[in-house]
Amino acid sequence: MFESLSLLSLQEYWWLIVSLLGALLVFLMFVQGGQTLIYSLGKTEEERTLLVNLLGRKWELTFTTLVTFGGAFFASFPLFYSTSFGGAYWVWMAILIAFVIQAVSYEYRKKPGNFLGQKTFEIFLVLNGLLGTLLLGTAVATFFTGSAFSVNKMNLLDLTSGNMPIISEWKGPAHGLEAALNPINLSLGLAVFFLARVLAILYFMNRVNHAVIMERLKKQLLHNAVPFLVFFLVFAGWLLFSNGFAVDPKTGIVSMEPYKYLHNLLALPVVAILFVLGVAAVLLGIIRSAFCFEKCHTKGIWLSGTGTVLTVWSLLLLAGYNHTAYYPSTYDLQSSLTIENSSSSHYTLTAMSYVSLLVPFVLAYIWYVWRAMDKKKISTEELKSESHVY
Amino acid sequence: MNHIDFSLVDWSRAQFALTACYHWLFVPLTLGLSFIIAFMETIYVKTGNEEWKRLTKFWMTVFGINFAIGIATGLILEFEFGTNWSNYSWFVGDIFGAPLAIEGIMAFFLETTFIAVMFFGWNKVGKKFHLLSTWLVAIGSNLSALWILVANGWMQLPGGMKFNPDTARNEMVNFWQVLFSPVAINKFLHTVSSGYVLASLFVIGVSAWFLLKKRDMIYAKRSIIVAASFGLLASVFIMLTGDGSARAVAHHQPMKFAAMENLYVGQQNAPLAAFGILKADPSAPGHKKMDFRYLVEIPDVLSYMAFLNPNAYVPGIYDLVHGNPAHGIPSYNERIAKGLTAINSLAAYKRARLAGKDSLAAASLTTFEANYSNFGYGYYANRDVHELIPSIATSFYSFRIMVFLGLHFFALLLVVLILTVKNKIETKKIILYTALWTIPLAYIASMLGWIVAEVGRQPWVIQDILPTIAAVSQLKASSVQLTFWVFALFFTALLIAEIGIMLKQINKGFNA
Ligand code: HEM
Repeated sequence: MFESLSLLSLQEYWWLIVSLLGALLVFLMFVQGGQTLIYSLGKTEEERTLLVNLLGRKWELTFTTLVTFGGAFFASFPLFYSTSFGGAYWVWMAILIAFVIQAVSYEYRKKPGNFLGQKTFEIFLVLNGLLGTLLLGTAVATFFTGSAFSVNKMNLLDLTSGNMPIISEWKGPAHGLEAALNPINLSLGLAVFFLARVLAILYFMNRVNHAVIMERLKKQLLHNAVPFLVFFLVFAGWLLFSNGFAVDPKTGIVSMEPYKYLHNLLALPVVAILFVLGVAAVLLGIIRSAFCFEKCHTKGIWLSGTGTVLTVWSLLLLAGYNHTAYYPSTYDLQSSLTIENSSSSHYTLTAMSYVSLLVPFVLAYIWYVWRAMDKKKISTEELKSESHVY
Repeated sequence: MNHIDFSLVDWSRAQFALTACYHWLFVPLTLGLSFIIAFMETIYVKTGNEEWKRLTKFWMTVFGINFAIGIATGLILEFEFGTNWSNYSWFVGDIFGAPLAIEGIMAFFLETTFIAVMFFGWNKVGKKFHLLSTWLVAIGSNLSALWILVANGWMQLPGGMKFNPDTARNEMVNFWQVLFSPVAINKFLHTVSSGYVLASLFVIGVSAWFLLKKRDMIYAKRSIIVAASFGLLASVFIMLTGDGSARAVAHHQPMKFAAMENLYVGQQNAPLAAFGILKADPSAPGHKKMDFRYLVEIPDVLSYMAFLNPNAYVPGIYDLVHGNPAHGIPSYNERIAKGLTAINSLAAYKRARLAGKDSLAAASLTTFEANYSNFGYGYYANRDVHELIPSIATSFYSFRIMVFLGLHFFALLLVVLILTVKNKIETKKIILYTALWTIPLAYIASMLGWIVAEVGRQPWVIQDILPTIAAVSQLKASSVQLTFWVFALFFTALLIAEIGIMLKQINKGFNA
């Protein structure tokens, strides 16, 4: 079935999947957003514990999505893995460490015998929420703004020049941290940060049974939705008007093209529809939860969550489809990564495509379990009757 | 000759070793305890006896504490292939990436989704569904081990791939050959059974502590019955698969095998060094030669173990380095020359292609392909060949201690099972103390296993094809040094927290 597809079709298929995983990851980062809110939403120990436990039942899903996103990206576009991770070293290390400290925090926070203290683990959660969203958003923005690196496969065969035989080389000493100085990257980072908080608020609205917290959620919703919107509009506005990294389909030569991403949007109507629907759904979810609270607040997470997936998915598709370099090099345009020059072989993509048929099953059982576990909202009293509490 | 930043290479290796060892501190318990819990819960569901439920929940809590830190340390490893071994990620990413992705899709989601049911679902889903979830967690975690060990096995015995000169990397041509490589299969079976043994010894050791304290005796004895039966089976399996692994090493990684045995000069009817103490041979510094200060040998056994034939010839370190034409073994210098030819002819191929000289390109490609199996040796042109010898003392001692501990575990598990079945275990203080102190030994054996496997194959990241010096990322050594210490600090702090929490939790007992 997949064998007969052309290499390009397989590359496009895998870009679709990797982008989808990235989009699901951004949605699931409501966990991170929620972690940054535990102090502003929870004023007492009991309230904070309730919030932490609500997030604690989902954090592993986000984490696993991150890991799978990494694995799938590696398997399908290994040159990205090699160039970006090895090059933007400090950004990725910071992101990884932010997730390392998260992974123990839920389980260890309140357990006796933990010498670091409860507060430390709460700070870990806040840090993970802040850095995880901000840095991932910033890193993804470089898919559009570019980074300074070179890729030369001949280096592997160079035994005489006095250099290491390494293919990819990052330019500049900051190894990725320089991306955070670019205001466009930063605005996407901040947009992701505030979006994660908005989604967390909507998730809590769906899950808590606690009047005081609910009041605070209502207040916080717009406080986070407005900055999200501002930063998102800055980024989206820039994107539509900016130059992009176009690839000549015949020669593979990369050059700058004015309004490239706008052109992509017009050339890919399905992606454009996804984008518009996505943004509309995010906004609608927020507006309905804010202004028709009584009836709508439990549904916001589904609407805005779906919207988030669609929006991010379409953005990532814009970065890679329609002969665009998805990981551009500003140092050497011809080193830019495209889905064609960075992908795995036809054989591997085919084999992996069969594996991808498992994805619907995975999504189905995740959905089934989520429904089975989240039938009822949770209050502090109910939490006390649970046997495993974070 | 090109410049190699050895400090960068060494810090990158150190960081990988550090993070891998930390990860491996937590994985084996997860692999085995998940099944032990599943057995216990199955008994609970079958009998409806609430005591078995309490037992299940106790070990589940322990499992959770260990699992969290296992995830934390595992994340780093996956991404480190990119961050610190970027050349590697391109050079073999076409093959190596797939198992990692499959691991995520097939195993990790299974594990994490159903772990939520396992911990939080007692009052939310039916008994049967809960039990199923517990089993799925066990299956998920063991499946994830399968895929990562397939990946590791492939590095030790690369197969199912072909080098593509145009993309300058290895590409997969046969997925099944990657999956069912004899090394991968053995490695998977040996490693998961080591997890089962470790977890069994952990459960038995903790239970022995309860018996020594005369607390929760019934629970402790039930735990022992389950763990000892499981562990005993697994420990037989560990010996069988370990034997298979040793044979695979002898066939595919003769230098690792010679280092494990400190066999300097090859011989027929090679004896097994059952016990030995090494001392450096000062006569040729730099040659890494080791002599025996003390040695107990069993004649012919090494030849038999390696090739199932007591007369078989087992090559030694000297033969592998300097060659032994009588046995068809090329010297490292010959292999380096061939590797260099491979590298240079690939470069010539690339240049000819660019210049449009098709016949030259074709000729260069033929030369390249004829020499590709020694590609990695080319990076050692003009270097000391002895750089290609792994640390002998580390390999030799690690292997021996692992095997001796394996025998100890088997004996202990057998004795403990018999005594428990006869209901005499609580009176045997010495056995109980031994069981308690065997917990750290289990961790040591299992860590040493990886040391044998990984130290012994240095300097190869991909056997014979890619050495560490050509696999790293282009970073400053000081950057990697910094992240090394950050990880060392964080992981150590988390480990201390974990141990503290674990001890407190265990001390609460089964009725908490
Ligand atoms: C009792 C006899 C044993 C034998 C003959 C044996 C043999 C081996 C060999 C030859 C290797 C290296 C495989 C390679 O380099 O590819 C190995 C690795 C390993 N061993 Fe053992 N072993 C034994 C017992 C144990 C025990 C008791 C444990 C731990 C509880 C253990 C844990 C490991 C681990 C974790 C590895 C690394 C993974 C692998 O390469 O399979 N082994 N063993």
